[in-house]
Amino acid sequence: MTQKLKIRLSFLAGLLSWLLFAFFDLYALFVAKYELKVNLSELLPQIFLTTFILSTLTFYRYKITKADSINFLDLLWRVFITGLVTTIGSLIIRLFFYVFANSAISKNPITINFFYHLLVGLVIIFLISTFVVWKRLILYQKSKNLLQLWGFFEYALLGSMIFDFFGNQFFTVNFNTVLIFLSSFALILSFNLKWIAYLNFKQKWKSILFILLSGIYVYHFLLNLTNFSSTNELSINLIDRVYINAIFVFIILYAGISILVTLFNLPTSSVFEQKLKEAIDFQKLSQSIPSGQSENQTYDILLDSSMSAVFADAAFLKLKNNDNILSRNIDQNMIKEVHENINNNSAKEIISFNFNGDFSNNKVSTSLRHSTFKSIITMPIMVKGSQHGVLVLLQEVADAFNREMVDIIVTFVSQASISIENFTLISEAIENERYQEQLKIAKTVQNSLLPSKLNTHPDFEIVAESHAAEEVGGDYYDMVESQDGIFNFIIGDVSGKGTSAAFNMAQMKGIFHSLVLQNGKPAEFIMLANAALGMCLEKSSFITASYFQIDTIKKKLCHVRAGHCPALYFSRSTNKIQLLESNGLGLGILRNSEYNDFVKEETLTYHNGDILLAYTDGITEARNADNKLYGIEGLKTSLVKHTDCTAEEIKQRIIDDLQVFLGDLELDDDYTLSVMKFDTTRNG
Amino acid sequence: MVNIDIAKEHDIQLITVVGEIDASSSIELDDALRSASDEGSGIIINLEGLDYISSAGLGVFISYIDELKTKKILFILFGMQPAVKEVFDILGLNQIMTIVTDKDEAIKIANEI
Repeated sequence: MTQKLKIRLSFLAGLLSWLLFAFFDLYALFVAKYELKVNLSELLPQIFLTTFILSTLTFYRYKITKADSINFLDLLWRVFITGLVTTIGSLIIRLFFYVFANSAISKNPITINFFYHLLVGLVIIFLISTFVVWKRLILYQKSKNLLQLWGFFEYALLGSMIFDFFGNQFFTVNFNTVLIFLSSFALILSFNLKWIAYLNFKQKWKSILFILLSGIYVYHFLLNLTNFSSTNELSINLIDRVYINAIFVFIILYAGISILVTLFNLPTSSVFEQKLKEAIDFQKLSQSIPSGQSENQTYDILLDSSMSAVFADAAFLKLKNNDNILSRNIDQNMIKEVHENINNNSAKEIISFNFNGDFSNNKVSTSLRHSTFKSIITMPIMVKGSQHGVLVLLQEVADAFNREMVDIIVTFVSQASISIENFTLISEAIENERYQEQLKIAKTVQNSLLPSKLNTHPDFEIVAESHAAEEVGGDYYDMVESQDGIFNFIIGDVSGKGTSAAFNMAQMKGIFHSLVLQNGKPAEFIMLANAALGMCLEKSSFITASYFQIDTIKKKLCHVRAGHCPALYFSRSTNKIQLLESNGLGLGILRNSEYNDFVKEETLTYHNGDILLAYTDGITEARNADNKLYGIEGLKTSLVKHTDCTAEEIKQRIIDDLQVFLGDLELDDDYTLSVMKFDTTRNG
Repeated sequence: MVNIDIAKEHDIQLITVVGEIDASSSIELDDALRSASDEGSGIIINLEGLDYISSAGLGVFISYIDELKTKKILFILFGMQPAVKEVFDILGLNQIMTIVTDKDEAIKIANEI
C-alpha cells in the first residue's frame, strides 16, 4: 500500500466512523425518547468513537512526516493552523447556541447531542494532530530507551481506550488512578526537547508564539466541552474519558515545558548560531579550492571567518612573498604601529616570518601595549612545513581571546593551508603539463630534422634508425647526394642529453646541409664544420661525427672520424670485420686551426656484399643487469651472424640481439644505428 | 655519484675522482677544476676510481683544455680504467691531453718540466 492510499483510506475510515458514531448515538436517543422497541447495543456508538479516534491517529501518523532541523517550525505551524480551523468550527457551534439561546431548538437533547458530536470530531482532530506533532518532536533524536518509553506510553493510552468502555465517571477513584499514571508518563516524556537547540533566535520566538496560541485553542475547547457537559443531556461525554483527558494533559504539559525551555534558551541561542556559522565558514574554506577559486580568495575567506569566529575588531594577513597586505578595519600605519608594539618574543618571531615551527597556543595569543588594541593573536600560516604568511587578529579589550578561540583559528588556518597547498600542487601540475606539451612539439620538430627516407642507389642499400632516451636527443644522421653519384653520409652524437643536445643537433644539421653542397672532401668538411661549431657551441659541448663519402663511379668509400665511435666495415672477400678507427678529434674540442692537424682521411674500395655499420655510443655503452658492457665486441659478434641478410634485416636483427643481451632492461641512452650494404652487381 | 678530493703535494694539485661522472655530478668536477686552475700550479688527476664518464663529464675536461694551455698550467691524467681510457681515446683526447698509467709517471713528467 502506498503512503497516499493509506492516508486516503484512513481519512475515509475516520469520516465513516464519525458518521456511524453520530448516527447510532442519535438513534439511541430516538429509541429512548419514543420508547421504540428496538434492541440496539449501547456499545455501538462507543465502538465507532474509538474507531474514529484510531483512524484519525493513523491519518496523521502518515500525514505528518518525520521531524528534521528544517521543519520544526512547519510542524508547529501545522498545529497552529489545525487548531485555528477546528476552533473556528467550535466557535460556530457556540454562536449557534448563543443565537438560539432562548429557543426550544437549543434545549432539544437531539440538537445538543448533534452539535456535541461535531465538537467531538473537531476536538479529536486537533488533539490527535497535536499529539502526533509532539511525538515527532520528542522522537527527533531518539535513543533505544526513549523509543521503549514512548512505545509503552502509546500502549498505555490504547489500554485507556478499553478502560473507557466501562463508562467510568470523571473524578472517580479508578479514573483518577489511570489519569495520574498516564500523566506521570507524559511528564517524563515531556523533557525531551532537543529540537529547541536547533532553532535560531527568531525561530525560537516564533515557536513560543505558535505554542501559546495553541494553548488558547486548548483552553477554548476545554471551556466548550465543559459547557456541553453541564447541560447533562449528553449520552457520551468526552470529559468522562481517560484517554481524552490524558491526551489533554500530555499536550498541555509538553507545550508548557517547551515554552519555558525555549524562553530559557533564548539568551544562548546566539552561541549556537555562532558555532553553526563557524562550521559553515570551515566548510567554505575547505571547498574554496575545488570550486576553482584563487589563493587570494582563500585568504579573504580565512580573514573574514577568523574575524567573526573570535569577534576581532580588526585583522590583517601578511604573506612572505607578497608586499600586499590584506586588512580589515585597520590601515597601513596602524599595522606598522602594531608591529612595533609587539613585545612577546614568539609573536615577534611569527610576524617577522622567523617562526621555528614549535607551536603552542599560549604563544599565539598575547597582550599588546597599543593605544587602540589590547589583545592580539598572531597565527603562522604554514605551507609544506615552512611559514607562508601570518594572520593577525586584534581586539580592543585586554585578554579578549580565550583558548577555545585560538583552537578555532588553528583549525581555520590549517584548513586554509591545505587548500593553498592543493592550489600550488594543481598549478604545478598544470605547468608540468605545459612543459610536457612543449616537449612533445620539440620531439615532432626533431623527428622532422632526421631524414624520413635515405637516398637509394643501385650500388648500395642504406637504412638507419634513431631513438631518443628522452623526448628529444642529440643523435643525428643524414645523407645528401652532392653531385651525380657522390653520396655524403654523416652520423653524429652531440654531448649531453635532452633539450640542449637537441638544439646542437639542429645546428649540426644546418652546418651539414650548407657545407655538403661545397662538394669538398670529407676532411675539408670536418675542418669547416669544426670552425663553424667552434663559434656557436658552448664551451663544454662537443659533437662527435663520422663522415662518409661514397663515390659510386670510382667505387670508393672515403671517410673521416671526428672522435666518433669507429664504424665497422665487413669485407665479403676476407669475411672479416675491420674497425674504421683512423685518428680524429671530436668537433668543438679544439677551436682553432690546430684542430686540422688531427683530421685524417682514409679511403677504401668497396666490393659486392661489403657492409658498413655506423652507430652511436648508445649501442656500445649499453649495460645489462650484470653491469656488463655490450661494447664493440658485442656489436661485431652480432654483425658476423647476419652478413647474408639485407640491410634492413641486419639492422633489425642487431637491435634484437642487443635486446636479448639487455634482457628486461631498456636502453636508457640515445642510440642510432645505420647499415649500408654494397651491391656492385647491379651497376656495372 | 662522484667523490672528488683535492690535495696539495709540493706545488701540484692532486685531484682524486672516485665514482661515476654524469650530467649532474659533472658540476662537482667543474668546481674542482675551477679552483685548481685558479691556484695556478700544476694539476694531476687520479682517475683510478672513475668507473664511468658521460659525454657531459668529458665536456668539463674539454672546456679546460684551452684555458690551461694559455695559462701554461701542467695538466696530467693517470690511472684510467680500460673502459674509461677507451672513451678518451675514441674521442681523440689522448692526442691533446697527457694521459699516463700511474702516479709515479705523472710526477716524473711534472718534475721534468
